[in-house]
Amino acid sequence: MAELTVREALRDAMAEEMRNDADVFLMGEEVAEYQGAYKVSQGLLEEFGARRVIDTPITEAGFAGIGIGAAMAGLKPIVEFMTFNFAMQAIDQIVNSAAKTNYMSGGLVNVPIVFRGPNGAASRVAAQHSQCYASWYAHVPGLKVVAPFSAADAKGLLKSAIRDPNPVIFLENEILYGQSFDVPDGADHLVPIGSANVVRTGRDLTIATFSLMVGKALEAAEVLAGEGIDAEIIDLRSIRPLDTETIIASVEKTNRLITVEEGWPMAGIGAEISATVSERAFDFLDAPVMRVGGSDVPLPYAANLETLALPQAETIAAAARKLCG
Amino acid sequence: MAGAKKKSKNAKSGAKRGGKAAVTRETLETYHREMLMIRRFEEKAGQMYGMGLIGGFCHLYIGQEAVVTGLQHALEPGDTVITGYRCHAHMLAAGTDPRVVMAELTGRADGVSKGKGGSMHMFTPEGGFYGGHGIVGAQAPLGAGFGFANKYRGNDRVSVTYFGDGAANQGQVFEAFNMAALWKLPVIFVIENNQYAMGTSVARSTAVQELCQRGEAFGIPGQQVDGMDVLAVHAASEKAVAQCRADDGPVLLEMKTYRYRGHSMSDPAKYRTREEVSKVRQERDPIEYVRDLLIEAGHADDNSLREVDKAVKAEINDAAEFAQNNPQPDAAELFTDIMAEA
Repeated sequence: MAELTVREALRDAMAEEMRNDADVFLMGEEVAEYQGAYKVSQGLLEEFGARRVIDTPITEAGFAGIGIGAAMAGLKPIVEFMTFNFAMQAIDQIVNSAAKTNYMSGGLVNVPIVFRGPNGAASRVAAQHSQCYASWYAHVPGLKVVAPFSAADAKGLLKSAIRDPNPVIFLENEILYGQSFDVPDGADHLVPIGSANVVRTGRDLTIATFSLMVGKALEAAEVLAGEGIDAEIIDLRSIRPLDTETIIASVEKTNRLITVEEGWPMAGIGAEISATVSERAFDFLDAPVMRVGGSDVPLPYAANLETLALPQAETIAAAARKLCG
Repeated sequence: MAGAKKKSKNAKSGAKRGGKAAVTRETLETYHREMLMIRRFEEKAGQMYGMGLIGGFCHLYIGQEAVVTGLQHALEPGDTVITGYRCHAHMLAAGTDPRVVMAELTGRADGVSKGKGGSMHMFTPEGGFYGGHGIVGAQAPLGAGFGFANKYRGNDRVSVTYFGDGAANQGQVFEAFNMAALWKLPVIFVIENNQYAMGTSVARSTAVQELCQRGEAFGIPGQQVDGMDVLAVHAASEKAVAQCRADDGPVLLEMKTYRYRGHSMSDPAKYRTREEVSKVRQERDPIEYVRDLLIEAGHADDNSLREVDKAVKAEINDAAEFAQNNPQPDAAELFTDIMAEA
């Protein structure tokens, strides 16, 4: 084990896979000479050179499309979006060209590509730079969507994503980049896409969440433990495919479920999980599934309003008290 | 950057017909037969659409045959082609069996995409053709991506990236131009200018109508070509391919062509006169042109050409027969091919 930040873990994942496979390359805005807008690609240009670590112009639709074309031609691009907010410029390419081509071609042409970058709110960057896209991409057959919390999962999932023959949306979080976690040593640490992780076991309720909100849920669980409420926390890690078996097994044990996400609640990941649990584990529920999400507003700039708009540990704890009360 | 200091290379060529360097009888016969194959295929597709055997959108290539035929003969194995949804002819030019193309149009099990793609989404990687894309202009970056892959691998293959005069106004086409030029990608951008983006003429949609100039701001040399003249198309394509193979970066060809039918089968084409269409058919038809060359040179006469047409029609009828009798895809196919297996 080594203690690494999420930022370092992501960099190591890319470096290891690039050493391992000459078809893997990284492209995006500021990924090479600037070493990444958030320094995720630190050192990669020096090790792999400008042929494989490529600065692009600010032209998301264009370079997403070029990456997809290169993937159709058999290369394995990692396309970094400076943030997923800017990927909306490229979402047609991601959905129509990357996600649908394997199906439309009857399996003749696949698209092995990773789209990665920070997703969701950062800190005080206001509405246009603070959106969670998990449910947008999770809606689309033909995509895989992952959103890790810990550095170990960030590394293991990114390596799996790069090796996957399909397009993978890899949602990172700017606030997590600097947080440190234990990461298994060695280049063979892989985390399979599609498997959730129970990061805290408990008997009174289940909290299913992902990315930054896993940390908030863990904080909430500590508070709740002091009050005699024992929360089980599931880090979903993968949004599509969603590990419904792990969620249902937990609900069958705790009989209560809260979903937590930063994104808007309407048609969100929590709504999807709630529906799935209603369909498949209704008889095990002692209370309605409760959703905790970002407020249904464009994210405000003012510090107090921003805090109010995003789920906090206390918001989660309050929901748990209500559910268990 | 390459071309930044060069004078504009835009030049009109092929404006005059005939006067071509010696073309062999075999070449002319091949062009004639292949263009005829596309036309008869598309005529049959139009008929079958009318009979309700083909559904959805169906965009025919009739009138534009010289473009894909002349260009394809400038390519070699390993080169790739990509285009928009008007793609039946590109599939045939890539050497695909007309049966599986027609069976895709009818949505049957042995269609080239197993019936899941339809008229607009067909692919034949072994023929170097990568679709068949439905969002206008989106194939421009994809084609640049194929050029990128060639450059990355250090080979001398080229990526032919077709789009229409309508797509020429899409923003991402210019994004693709910029990166293709910046990175000197071996991409031949081909604007099939058939004069109408659905019902909107180039004059009504486009501030500067000389589309061959579209690459100038990026240092991409452009050439306007008579897209109704397969020999002119082939000559311009050979030059463009050579330039790309020599690592000189992208080139742009504007093929001035014309579609005889509506934009799709549902388009009655009321935005132009019948006289306009029949004038092109009479004066500039790409198949008639080669037919005349064959007769003038004494390589063919009405009888021998009738035999060719008969053989082509027989092949198309066979494809149509196959496509009508082939079963629909198995219900289990609904959930296959969503993801590629590792």
